[in-house]
Amino acid sequence: MTRPPSPLTAAFHKGHPALVAFITAGDGNTAANLDALVAGGADVIELGMPFTDPMADGPAIQSANLRSLGAGTTTADVLQYANEFRERHPDVPLVLMGYANPMIRRGPEWFAKAAKGAGVDGVICVDIPPEEDDALGPALRDAGISPIRLATPTTDAKRLPQVLEGSSGFLYYVSVAGITGLQQAATGSIEEAVAALKAATDLPIAVGFGVRTPEQAADIAKVADGVVVGSALVEIIGEYGAQAPAKLQELTSALAHAVHTARA
Amino acid sequence: MNNTTPNSFKNQPDDRGHFGEFGGRYVAETLMPLILDLEREYRAAQQDPAFAAEFDDLMKHYVGRPSPLYHAERLTEALGGAQVWFKRDELNHTGAHKINNCIGQILLAIRMGKTRIIAETGAGQHGVATATVCARFGLPCVIYMGAEDVKRQSPNVFRMKLLGAEVVPVTSAGATLKDAMNEGLRDWVANVHDTFYIIGTAAGPHPYPEMVRNFQSVIGTEARAQMLDRVGRLPDLLVACIGGGSNALGLFHPFLDDADVKMLGVEAAGHGLDGDEHAASLLGGSPGVLHGNKTYLLQDKDGQITEGHSISAGLDYPGIGPEHAWLKESGRVEYTAVTDKEALDGFQLLCRTEGIIPALEPSHALAAVSQRAKQMGEDEIILMNLCGRGDKDIFTVAEKLGVEM
Repeated sequence: MTRPPSPLTAAFHKGHPALVAFITAGDGNTAANLDALVAGGADVIELGMPFTDPMADGPAIQSANLRSLGAGTTTADVLQYANEFRERHPDVPLVLMGYANPMIRRGPEWFAKAAKGAGVDGVICVDIPPEEDDALGPALRDAGISPIRLATPTTDAKRLPQVLEGSSGFLYYVSVAGITGLQQAATGSIEEAVAALKAATDLPIAVGFGVRTPEQAADIAKVADGVVVGSALVEIIGEYGAQAPAKLQELTSALAHAVHTARA
Repeated sequence: MNNTTPNSFKNQPDDRGHFGEFGGRYVAETLMPLILDLEREYRAAQQDPAFAAEFDDLMKHYVGRPSPLYHAERLTEALGGAQVWFKRDELNHTGAHKINNCIGQILLAIRMGKTRIIAETGAGQHGVATATVCARFGLPCVIYMGAEDVKRQSPNVFRMKLLGAEVVPVTSAGATLKDAMNEGLRDWVANVHDTFYIIGTAAGPHPYPEMVRNFQSVIGTEARAQMLDRVGRLPDLLVACIGGGSNALGLFHPFLDDADVKMLGVEAAGHGLDGDEHAASLLGGSPGVLHGNKTYLLQDKDGQITEGHSISAGLDYPGIGPEHAWLKESGRVEYTAVTDKEALDGFQLLCRTEGIIPALEPSHALAAVSQRAKQMGEDEIILMNLCGRGDKDIFTVAEKLGVEM
């Protein structure tokens, strides 16, 4: 069955590579921070659902999770941030990213329906690999939400079809075997990996983990359809709190410019 | 035989690592190929007589197995009721059952060509056991331990250092066992090429729950044969404490298809199940996903994990091995919980009646044995896993009893 391209996929076909910007919901002034990412030129927004045990995240995003939970953020709050974002920005693709337990706590169908109702286009669940897709995937697909999967340097060619099966929107390539925010892979290895992924799928490939500066983002944008930046943005929120939006917009602008013009 | 005989309780998990709806492989994609590789290597090791022979040899000559089966006559008399017997796994090298699993996993690590070992630890018993086998086989070892537990369990921290391990205090979140496990998983994800993660309990992603259970099943296999040899029949009730649940599964699993043998798992009720300060995932929690498996967890309505509390650092994990979750739902094993205070009473009772200083973890099982023995007849037999010795806990106990040391 062919579906019309989702707004999520379309974000990677604007004639230039896309910037995917991540922040954690409930950390600082979420609405103002999200608006700053959009104003700065982010093409896709990834909104992190805070979790007490963010096993795949490095210190920056761990701290953001704890700040958010410490401020009392609930699942209802996260969905409300998404819903209000959708009202303010009807056309900017929005992805929820997080861990399985908060997503399936009230049942996968409940979550998928609530996320759809809040205008969410895609969901990245870090700790549900294809082997456990039943736990959330069918509910997301039934609700019309794209399950976005991760491919990593350890995902070999034999395994890749399984990762792609049932996923949509885009494919998130984790460029280093490790946790978020720490080190970056060499551009050469990324180029090779993206080429291998592109041979197996038509989905856009966004590359993340360890991308901090406009220069790094530009290097990746030369070879990938999109670049994901998270920890560097989240650190700004940690450092500037209520004053973060202006700084966030500044960095996002620089990143977006670098990504959008990387191939020009 | 008749056709109402239930299916075996010993055929779990399925080939996806599921125990009923529990278990599984809920890990990040980076780890998934490694988990699959580990499973393949473990299956190959299971088929290799040389692997079993080396395991058995180390169990006998290094760990000191078989551990004795002991009839606690003075305790039996003091309680009045069923005969109480102990499986003395506290007499193992390093003082607890943890070493059984560590020997198995390090042999597998070596077989896989891994050159670096990591582990998490709560009370420090698994950390000590891991550091021990790393010293024995000459592999570098990093132990992640919650900063709170580092303070509570300083003798074990020193033991690990003496054995050459690097102990990394984990300060994120509540700084206890679950946070140490998060940090272990983060290390593993970043060092998958050379590192083997020795998980200390029958939890985590498949194949860990099955593998740890199988290595620990030496406890129940020995105990079953020893019972038949000594008294000519099987016990009526098995009792073991449960944090993650590996010592309990090790005792229970070989008996699961002995329909007349009842089983009781004892969780830590901390200050009581009516409040928030307990570590009883089965009795006071609900199903969810954490650390690679679906199981019962302590969590709030949004699925955020809450901190467990117990006087015993080895029991205050907010989850439990997925096989226990399944055994609970299937009704094969009964679960109960005892408070910090009841465990302390059990601790002192055993010191004075049998001249054995138990760890605070099996002191929970003792408290449950004390209650059950009185309700049973003198011709009935309770077999409890005395899974650890109490040297490490004397400072905690002294403090609770108001004694200055």
